[in-house]
Amino acid sequence: MTLTRILGAAALTLGLALPALAQDKTKVGFIYVGPVGDGGWTYEHDQGRLAVEEHFGDQVETVFRESVPEGADAERAITQMALQGADLIFTTSFGFMDATMAVAQKFPDVKFEHATGFKTADNVSVYSARFYEGRAIQGHIAGKMTESNIIGYIASFPIPEVIRGINAAYIHARKVNPEVEFKVIWAYTWFDPPKEADAATALIDQGADVILQHTDSTAPQAAAEKAGDVITFGQASDMAEYKPTPRVSSIIDNWAPYYIARTQAVIDGTWESTETWDGIAPGMVEIGEITDAVPADVREEALAMIEAIAAGEYHPFTGPLNKQDGTPWLADGEVADDATLLGMDFFVEGLTAEIPN
Amino acid sequence: MDLSAINPTLLLASLIVASTPILLAAIGELVVERAGVLNLGVEGMMITGAICGFAIAVNTGSPFVGFVAAALGGAVLALLFGFLTQFALANQVASGLALTLFGLGLSALLGQGYQGIKPPPTRALDIPVLSDLPIVGPILFSHDLMVYLALALVAAVWAMLKYTRLGLILRAVGENHDAAHALGYKVVRVRLLAILFGGACAGLGGAYLSLVRVPQWTEGMTAGYGWIALALVVFASWKAGRVLLGAWLFGGISVLQLNLQPTGIPIPAEYLSMSPYLITILVLVIMSGDKSRAPGSLGRMFHASE
Amino acid sequence: MLTLERRPQPSRTWSAVAPVLAVVITMIAGGAMFAALGQDPVEAIRTIFWEPLFGEFASYYRPQLLVKAAPLILIAIGLALGFRANIWNIGAEGQYIIGALTGAGVGLAFYPAESMLIFPLMVLAGALGGWAWAMIPGLLKVRFGTNEILVSLMLVYVAEQLLAKMALGLLRNPEGRGFPGSRNLRDYPSAHNAELFANTGIHWGVVAALIAVIFAYILLTRHVLGFHIRLAGQAPRAARFAGVAPARLTLICLGLSGALAGLAGLFEVAGPAGQVSIDFNVGYGFTAIIVAFLGRLHPVGILLAGLLMALTYIGGETAESNLGLPAAAIQMFQGMLLFFLLAVDMLTHFRLRWKTAEVA
Repeated sequence: MTLTRILGAAALTLGLALPALAQDKTKVGFIYVGPVGDGGWTYEHDQGRLAVEEHFGDQVETVFRESVPEGADAERAITQMALQGADLIFTTSFGFMDATMAVAQKFPDVKFEHATGFKTADNVSVYSARFYEGRAIQGHIAGKMTESNIIGYIASFPIPEVIRGINAAYIHARKVNPEVEFKVIWAYTWFDPPKEADAATALIDQGADVILQHTDSTAPQAAAEKAGDVITFGQASDMAEYKPTPRVSSIIDNWAPYYIARTQAVIDGTWESTETWDGIAPGMVEIGEITDAVPADVREEALAMIEAIAAGEYHPFTGPLNKQDGTPWLADGEVADDATLLGMDFFVEGLTAEIPN
Repeated sequence: MDLSAINPTLLLASLIVASTPILLAAIGELVVERAGVLNLGVEGMMITGAICGFAIAVNTGSPFVGFVAAALGGAVLALLFGFLTQFALANQVASGLALTLFGLGLSALLGQGYQGIKPPPTRALDIPVLSDLPIVGPILFSHDLMVYLALALVAAVWAMLKYTRLGLILRAVGENHDAAHALGYKVVRVRLLAILFGGACAGLGGAYLSLVRVPQWTEGMTAGYGWIALALVVFASWKAGRVLLGAWLFGGISVLQLNLQPTGIPIPAEYLSMSPYLITILVLVIMSGDKSRAPGSLGRMFHASE
Repeated sequence: MLTLERRPQPSRTWSAVAPVLAVVITMIAGGAMFAALGQDPVEAIRTIFWEPLFGEFASYYRPQLLVKAAPLILIAIGLALGFRANIWNIGAEGQYIIGALTGAGVGLAFYPAESMLIFPLMVLAGALGGWAWAMIPGLLKVRFGTNEILVSLMLVYVAEQLLAKMALGLLRNPEGRGFPGSRNLRDYPSAHNAELFANTGIHWGVVAALIAVIFAYILLTRHVLGFHIRLAGQAPRAARFAGVAPARLTLICLGLSGALAGLAGLFEVAGPAGQVSIDFNVGYGFTAIIVAFLGRLHPVGILLAGLLMALTYIGGETAESNLGLPAAAIQMFQGMLLFFLLAVDMLTHFRLRWKTAEVA
């Protein structure tokens, strides 16, 4: 097959020609799953990219692709960036995992960073954030502030990340308010503003006066504002336009420090494959301003909890904790290990909702 | 399972709000299809209306001006479709799909810089006495003006089709454009007007999403509602009153399934999520015994050859 | 005034010139849009149309064009058969999803057994899955007269929910640490739709698309079924006299388009995509409708239209990452191209005449 050989040879030449292309400027690529204007997940990753540009100035050039579908298109998008001489590529969605691995194999000299995944290679690192730490803070504030003792939770898909968040929030809400009940709606979407608005309204109609969300739009905030007397928390980004109420605090994904550090490592030639799961302490998870709508004592407690988590003195999943079916999970004082947390597929005792399977 | 947590009054009130965007878009498309034109670009016109309305409302501070701009935006986009299908005689199905693609792109471009902004609030009407009535008050008399406008529009379209000369011409053009042409009606002109009306309605529906129901601007926020509106027209067998029923049914099931989830009803969430579509199909099958059918010239191109 | 006059016969010259003209007009209008966005219009247009074909990395992009076009062509061929007979399957996206689910499901059921038979079985299952999903609107139409546009469209949403359920449940990778998504079929040689030529990405789906084009061409020009399809579309009454059973034709057309969409889904899930995931479908079923019409419902036209569509996708992606163009601008550019293609197409069937007003 001559054709095969020619194509194969061409690809090989390309691969060899690559390092020569990228000499002076370090080129950093970003692959986004949504549009940069989604105001949530992708928006925050793009903020991280802009921070890299600002930090390094002329030393670094960044490129990005937005709204890249998972699967075959992602593989082509990543290949495209590698072909064009990117030295470091961040792929910022779980669904890009296998595509990242496949491209990384073809371009051993390019470094890859995959967000929220678990597969690594010599030139592939993974990174993610311990959002559950922020959920614990939210749970505490929610448990203290609810008057109806009903907390509504808009969940996206039944995956460990989301389940972990519900558990962390519930544990800390119940700790300060044993009467509290969580009502969960599985929206089966990350982003569908009208549906999110409907879900929030449904929860409020059923008596919830706190809405927690694990979907990315501000629609639930608006629904809460309209209903009045309901508090919410920003998700992924600060959602500051709903301050001081209904949004009383938020979890902000702050990728900038990590992106800058990893770019620096590539420039210095010290980049190594790592697995990063950072939380509040290194600043990857940021807690947005707790507004005056929260009583002063509750705010103090929340701030103290942030301190304790940041200092490593407190872990949100500390025993005694049982699973939903009553079987023991963590003994008194025992702390959950990362492997269990990463694959979490069960609710803790007390939650009445069910995980669809 | 605890169904008592669901408050039927609140459920019905949110049903009416939830169904308004699709109702607006569907009633517009109904007129278009009665004129014999199939415009599959509703999604594109809706989202263009959503951003036009949002941007103008934010800049002028007036939701009313925003809604007017949304109607205009939708109509302008529809004009593109009208030009393609009525003058260039392009295939309607393909033109409509292209319009959707174009509208999604256009709205995303126009919307840059409008993320994370709150639009000026569209207030609910406070109708004296009526709003305070128990049960009926919250369900029927506590909404914003657009809800009533949408209902009025349905009534107006129904009356127009049934009782007016304009309605007669519209139906004649839709049923058999060659005969209508022979009778001296301006087929292309009537159709263009219908297309513009459809675009304006879709624009209003989109703006209702971005200004009232959600309210915010995000790319792709219509999330398939334009397609639902299209489905509603077929579902309603091209009758105005049934569009209203269909919109309430669809909106009602969408809201109800979300309300049912937290009650612990023993139906898995993913089946509840499918239910609006499955029930639409079911009702459709039940109603297909009905002999009313699509307008005779629907989707066919017209060229007045002498 | 300027009027249109129907040509006695479609112009052969114009049917060849029209698409080229449309592309040129799009380049001008699109260039203006890119300029308005502060980009160098010449560079943007060059990147979209030239880079993938003759640019620095053309040896990577050229086969990728085929890979991107394959599912579009495969689905569009099936849809075109129905469209010609006035049978409107708008729900190919759903049939595509179901084909991927049944095909991948069969493959995963055999995991980790290795056998030459597994992949052919998956192909069969994928086609059957798409066929069965299309039979729902088909049977409802034949039995109750239910509108197939609506039912097939509604079933897309149902299929999407099923996909999410499968990716999170039955087909979830047991070694995937609880994340959604099935095993990657790339790591399962018997079920993998591997590339046929090293480093090209070209897989069986590309071959299937080409076969479908030839098959449809022969069907439409040489076979009695093709004659019936054309007759039913152009003259339904005459078709009835000619003994064409509308119900049978409906089932055949919907079934064929469903099976082809299902096949496309299977080849995609077992090859380029690799796994069943929540967001597996990316709208090929809808884009294929446009491709079918751009190709004038003709198999060869569809082949070309599919390739052109793929070029704007891949060229557009290159422009996005090289020039930093927003994805929305590319989407709009594609919309423009479609508009102009559709608008210019009238010159094939009509001629423009400058006419002074006559007294009738």
